[in-house]
Amino acid sequence: MPIAIGLEGSANKLGVGIILHPPHQPSSPPSPHDSAYSDDELHSSHPTSKQKSSSPPVQILANLRHTFNSPPGTGFLPKDTAAHHRRWVVRLVKQAMAQARVRIEDIDCICFTRGPGMGAPLSSVAIAARTLSQLWNKPLVGVNHCVGHIEMGRAITGAENPVVLYVSGGNTQVIAYSAQRYRIFGEALDIAVGNCLDRFARVLKIPNDPAPGYNIEQLAKNAGGVLLELPYAVKGMDVSFSGILARVEEMALKLESAAQSKPATPWLDPLTSAPITPADLCFTLQETVFAMLVEITERAMAHVGASQVLIVGGVGCNERLQAMMGIMAAERGGSVFKTDERFCIDNGIMIAHAGLLAWRKGFVTPLGGSGVTQRFRTDEVLVDWRD
Amino acid sequence: MADAASSSARVNALHKFPPPFDTSDESFELIAQGAESLLYRTTFSTTGQPAALKVRPEKKWRHPILDKRLTRARILAEARVLVKLSGEGIAAGGSTPGKRAKVKQPKEGEKGVAGLRGFVPAVLALDWERGWMMTEWVYGRTVKQAIHDTQAGRRAVEREQRLQDLKELLRRIGEVVGKLHASGVIHGDLTTSNMMLRPYDATTPDPTSTDSLDGDVVLIDFGLSTQSVSDEDRAVDLYVLERAFGSTHPREEDLFPEVLTAYAENEGSGMNGKVGKLVLRKLEDVRMRGRKKSMVG
Repeated sequence: MPIAIGLEGSANKLGVGIILHPPHQPSSPPSPHDSAYSDDELHSSHPTSKQKSSSPPVQILANLRHTFNSPPGTGFLPKDTAAHHRRWVVRLVKQAMAQARVRIEDIDCICFTRGPGMGAPLSSVAIAARTLSQLWNKPLVGVNHCVGHIEMGRAITGAENPVVLYVSGGNTQVIAYSAQRYRIFGEALDIAVGNCLDRFARVLKIPNDPAPGYNIEQLAKNAGGVLLELPYAVKGMDVSFSGILARVEEMALKLESAAQSKPATPWLDPLTSAPITPADLCFTLQETVFAMLVEITERAMAHVGASQVLIVGGVGCNERLQAMMGIMAAERGGSVFKTDERFCIDNGIMIAHAGLLAWRKGFVTPLGGSGVTQRFRTDEVLVDWRD
Repeated sequence: MADAASSSARVNALHKFPPPFDTSDESFELIAQGAESLLYRTTFSTTGQPAALKVRPEKKWRHPILDKRLTRARILAEARVLVKLSGEGIAAGGSTPGKRAKVKQPKEGEKGVAGLRGFVPAVLALDWERGWMMTEWVYGRTVKQAIHDTQAGRRAVEREQRLQDLKELLRRIGEVVGKLHASGVIHGDLTTSNMMLRPYDATTPDPTSTDSLDGDVVLIDFGLSTQSVSDEDRAVDLYVLERAFGSTHPREEDLFPEVLTAYAENEGSGMNGKVGKLVLRKLEDVRMRGRKKSMVG
């Protein structure tokens, strides 16, 4: 039975996962009816749809994560993040092995993230992977981080051939599969959407724990329904966020100076005359950037004639984004597939899963060629485990 | 690339016409459906002329204020470009109280900006609040259809004739795109589906029955258009057309240079001479960049 351990550390999360692909199973995930739930099934009172996941196409034996959080108002620096990963990686591997109850002999390959990501954290985790490979005498499998997200999303949700929206702190891509490649139809031309959210959180001094985007989402839920005007930058199937970030940062500073001025002169919404709050800024930012993402996803779906959409990546946990995507997909007669924070946010299990798929097709990364790369495009990977 | 009319039936059933069309007696025939809009063939009730109605349905997933703002901006941007190109007058005044805004009628024989009058559909009516725009109906087939319809004859003479006709058509495409760029407009989605071939003889009863490649090339669907005079934007516009042409007409792909030659050299292009050559040089850069190259599906 193929078993793989996966090590992920391309950003501020260190993840270690151990996966098992049961025998006599096709390598591709089953149809939605077998293991996964689409949007509408989730709400219908169908207890069997979740019950069946007790015999999924893949078995997750362990999925551990430890996150490096910097204080509010700051971001995570590569040097500190790498030090965090080095400090935790041995502990996490030991815990994962204990939790999974597998022996070293049971492991078939050591999978690790080759890229894309931050250089220093990537290489410290790669060193750990190489060490394990030498120590245990197991082959190494270098995995593209984006492909890891996509394959895990497909395995968990059972989406067969969806258009994929991959949104995280480092990546924003609209992807569809064609002829053994995950092709990028649209992407962010400057900064990633998660980066835009994270950096805005820093200006408002929103805590980074558990995640800046999560805290923005919670704040936005308390907004008073005011929608301020931000730039809207969609170019065909591409998007751009830097102008939006600059504008919303200006707004945050304006809000701050209005609060500190004496006598207090609150900033009022021109439409409703309600005083603007930080929650309104969070709400406005979310509504604008998510509308852009749903728009380019819809355009890609129209282009390739797809009705399923899968959201992966850290920003994919956001319930407002999921809800907007759900309405769009329903209007097109399709449905949205999504996962929760265990699989959306960077994790080791997705690296183990994608690596094991490649390994079963005979792919191995030689020790001499196991260097990491900060730039590693999704469409560079030959996806020969799908037809 | 707007031929996504496949799953139209279901979406159409969900879609309600905005007023005044919800109570109109005219018939509406769905022609095409993209991600953004639905295109219908109907009649302009004021004049009785055939018309194209482009409806941008409300996007329920978007915040209503944002949705209104975007729909308004996009309809106006498209209409402004069309009005500018067809040389229609623009309502002047309105700032002086008591003075009614007047729409300048185009003079007899006026050709519009860069002579594009008649080479883009004229705007008949629009309502940005309710999200629709009506333009005149352009007779004929799409250029894509026209090229697909021509059959290479068996005899060498016929083959040669078809080749000459195709080249001639491609030169007319190059010319009209040149005119467009010279007037400061970037189409944004140049494909052979977004070009109509309107027979010279308007009395041709059924333009679809002929496989002739004669006719004026009329540009349609300015939904992604922008106003710009930069070489880069123009080159990207040509690059989009080149890629789309190659994937739609693989057998005719090697004839595409005719478009570029006419664009930069033909008298009627408006981009002839130095400017056109600069754009073509820029086009080589755009091709080389290849960021998009390996990714467009």
